[in-house]
Amino acid sequence: MNPFSSGTRLRDMIRAIRACKTAAEERAVVRKECAAIRAAINENDQDYRHRNLAKLMFIHMLGYPTHFGQMECLKLIASPGFPEKRIGYLGLMLLLDERQEVLMLVTNSVKQDLNHTNQYIVGLALCALGNICSAEMARDLAPEVERLLQFRDPNIRKKAALCSIRIIKKVPDLAENFINPVAALLKEKHHGVLITGVQLCTDLCKVSPEALEYFRKKCTDGLVRTLRDLVNSPYAPEYDIAGITDPFLHIRLLKLLRVLGRGDADASDSMNDILAQVATKTESNKNAGNAILYECVETIMSIEDNGGLRVLAINILGRFLSNRDNNIRYVALNMLMRAITVDAQAVQRHRATILECVKDSDASIRKRALELVYLLVNESNVKPLTKELVDYLEVSDQDFKGDLTAKVCSIIEKFSPEKSWYIDQMLKVLTEAGNFVKDEVWHALVVVISNASDLHGYTVRALFRALQTTAEQESLVRVAVWCIGEYGDLLVSNAGMLNVEDPITVTESDAVDIVESAIKRHASDLTTKSMALIALLKLSSRFPSCSRRIKDIVVQHKGSLVLELQQRSLEFNSIIEKHQNIRSALVERMPVLDEATFGGRRASSLPNTVSTSSGTAVKLPNGVAKPSAAPLVDLLDLSDDVPAPSSSGGDFLQDLLGVNLPPATQSEGTNQTPKAGTDVLLDLLSIGSTPAQDNNLSTPDILSSGQDNKPIIASLDVLAAPSLTHTTSSTASNMMDLLDGLGPAPPKPAENGPAYPSIVAFESSSLRLTFNFSKQPGNPQTTMISGSFTNLSSNLFTDFVFQAAVPKFLQLHLDPASGNSLPASGNGTITQSLKVTNSQHGKKPLVMRLRIAYKVDGKDVLEEGQINNFPRDL
Amino acid sequence: MLQFRTHKVIYRRYAGLFFSLCVDITDNELAYLECIHLFVEILDHFFSNVCELDLVFNFHKVYLILDEFILAGELQETSKRAIIERMGELEKLE
Repeated sequence: MNPFSSGTRLRDMIRAIRACKTAAEERAVVRKECAAIRAAINENDQDYRHRNLAKLMFIHMLGYPTHFGQMECLKLIASPGFPEKRIGYLGLMLLLDERQEVLMLVTNSVKQDLNHTNQYIVGLALCALGNICSAEMARDLAPEVERLLQFRDPNIRKKAALCSIRIIKKVPDLAENFINPVAALLKEKHHGVLITGVQLCTDLCKVSPEALEYFRKKCTDGLVRTLRDLVNSPYAPEYDIAGITDPFLHIRLLKLLRVLGRGDADASDSMNDILAQVATKTESNKNAGNAILYECVETIMSIEDNGGLRVLAINILGRFLSNRDNNIRYVALNMLMRAITVDAQAVQRHRATILECVKDSDASIRKRALELVYLLVNESNVKPLTKELVDYLEVSDQDFKGDLTAKVCSIIEKFSPEKSWYIDQMLKVLTEAGNFVKDEVWHALVVVISNASDLHGYTVRALFRALQTTAEQESLVRVAVWCIGEYGDLLVSNAGMLNVEDPITVTESDAVDIVESAIKRHASDLTTKSMALIALLKLSSRFPSCSRRIKDIVVQHKGSLVLELQQRSLEFNSIIEKHQNIRSALVERMPVLDEATFGGRRASSLPNTVSTSSGTAVKLPNGVAKPSAAPLVDLLDLSDDVPAPSSSGGDFLQDLLGVNLPPATQSEGTNQTPKAGTDVLLDLLSIGSTPAQDNNLSTPDILSSGQDNKPIIASLDVLAAPSLTHTTSSTASNMMDLLDGLGPAPPKPAENGPAYPSIVAFESSSLRLTFNFSKQPGNPQTTMISGSFTNLSSNLFTDFVFQAAVPKFLQLHLDPASGNSLPASGNGTITQSLKVTNSQHGKKPLVMRLRIAYKVDGKDVLEEGQINNFPRDL
Repeated sequence: MLQFRTHKVIYRRYAGLFFSLCVDITDNELAYLECIHLFVEILDHFFSNVCELDLVFNFHKVYLILDEFILAGELQETSKRAIIERMGELEKLE
């Protein structure tokens, strides 16, 4: 017999398919079978129709397309016999879903079946309806289903109830019709009907607020009574699971009570007793019991506040946490996380258990526990908790370390009670897991260190010791190298000893040794080596006796293939050799980095990519200042996050000025804050622009980067000194002027007058763009800019196109230009209007990137640039 | 237990088979574990020591049982005895 004719029994086909050894074989078998089925369908074969459909369903479950069988389902449903109908409905549910239009054709058959005398057929119809009916079908057939809710046979009532659930989900308007019948259902004795009634009720309440009100008033007591009977009922073998009578009904009732009790004090009151009873009486050694307790706890947490019950609930959760079953612990941790928002105190009591969970063997439990611990930390328990976590850091495995480190660092940062503790903990973390520490974290550490001036000595000694013992953690090396460079003299002189320290003697050459080893290590990356170089420069100034030796070390990198190292090496070498007189001024202590600024910086998280338009060429201070704004920003940013890519470094300069001016929490701000602010600014301005390659270097480079240009270096004199009146060089005064121009705004509102100075937005050797600003009186956020292009070269520019891009918080509108050819040598100009709306007006200044394209003698020229020197108040 | 946006998957392993349920995030996971167990018990009773092949060759019967147990995404009947009885009746008709 041909195994693939319609005559095959279902079994044989299944056997044949399972006997296939390869996927290709299976596909071949299925294809033959499908062909046979299709042929049979075409012939309208009556006898084997249901067998064919069964085969088709199997094939569908294997994943092959079977849409050609859909009409068969309909034909089968329409046939009178039960087996055919059965297969037809099953096929309907499997092969179709509610989105298919074919479903509509079935509506009539289903309606007839709903009215059938054979209750099993009615059951079939309800089943199919309940599983896949669409909204239209629901609307059509809802009255029938309603009627069936009161049918005499409990099986039908059950199915009708569940079918109604689907109907009201699909067509919420019909919910009102079901309210009354459901009230009757809730009084049922038959567990099956009762549970379906409860479920229908729950969904009704979710869908319709009137239903909720109605049930709340009328049925809460009845439900409480039912639950009580259930809890107190004697052993019933039929519904017994693990010693509890019908736990599913328990759970559903609890859920309904939760929905009814939420937000309503009266209802909640009436439930309190029964909830307490369930919570205390239910045994929790089996999963069923635990499931009930879990639902109970959820209900307690959701209904109106009742202190005693809540504590009970959290204690139950605490018990869960000690359970051996992973599932239960996971569930408990989840719930505790939600419970924290409600009652943090109670959860604190279980801190110890939760800490244990952090060390669990199961990864998802560890993660949850760690998050929970993170939420639990507050000022009072931060020290012991952190100690635990840091200890665990040592033994945790690699993939978890990253998470753990991040959390620990942020805990330390947020809650550290005093700086010395902060520094201590961070050192420990760095020693253990420095490689996982994100850059912004150790930047923050550096900022804190620089702020804690009394701890400088302690810090640098601790770092020295740490570096001696372990030097594999990159971040640790970097921080240590920076500190040793900055505070090397404190290290050697043992200044500022704290009581808890053991005295160590470090000679100058020891210090140099350790920095040298940092450079020489193969594992040190570019950032570390660069930082080490600058640290050596600082040491050469602080320890003049080692100067020669340091010079030799520095010189070794003269031929380095990496531009950054080579450049630093050459420049520092030349400073050491030829510029002894200014060297000390150059490497004086860095001014304290303002923590508030830094915090604000990180919050606003602008990117730190150095604008490539800044060149290394020495320019006038004017020219330098603006492109340098980018590295300046980076310096202060000290963050490697890269959101808002269109935002530019210029923001920082403005931000810097802006942030420093309003009541700054700077610790050093003894003089007027503007001065201190501009101090830092000046310092930063002096640090020259770094080459384009620095794009991929992290910001600490810039933090400790050397100075490229002598004129700017000279002005460092000014910067290092705290007072602004020190004007040793003209460049310095230029920069002062520059800064005054950029100057502080809020304390001097006069400067913020309606007239904004026009700026030279962009200038290259062949093109200049000037911007004039104006604002509408009532609309401070929008600025009208009138741009004017001047051709500085002696060639005519044609096809002149100007494009601009702004970061996301700005909106830009460009009007058409006045023309697109620019006569040479400034004989004419092109004007173009722009309108910029600043959604962060007052908080962030304008910034814009330009792209100008034109043709010269038929050749395309493209110029790009960035405008950072918008007046601050636009 | 796996979580995905608005739903989560709860599964239980029985020898070589995984029985998985996809439920709402807000649902009680432990309860559904019990649910899975009840279903497997019913299957066991119906097929008398069910094995994987039973499920494969009699998938339509498995669906019949499922239809009596869960409908429209909610539990229909919690009594094993009731479901088995009903299945008996339905079998007679086929």
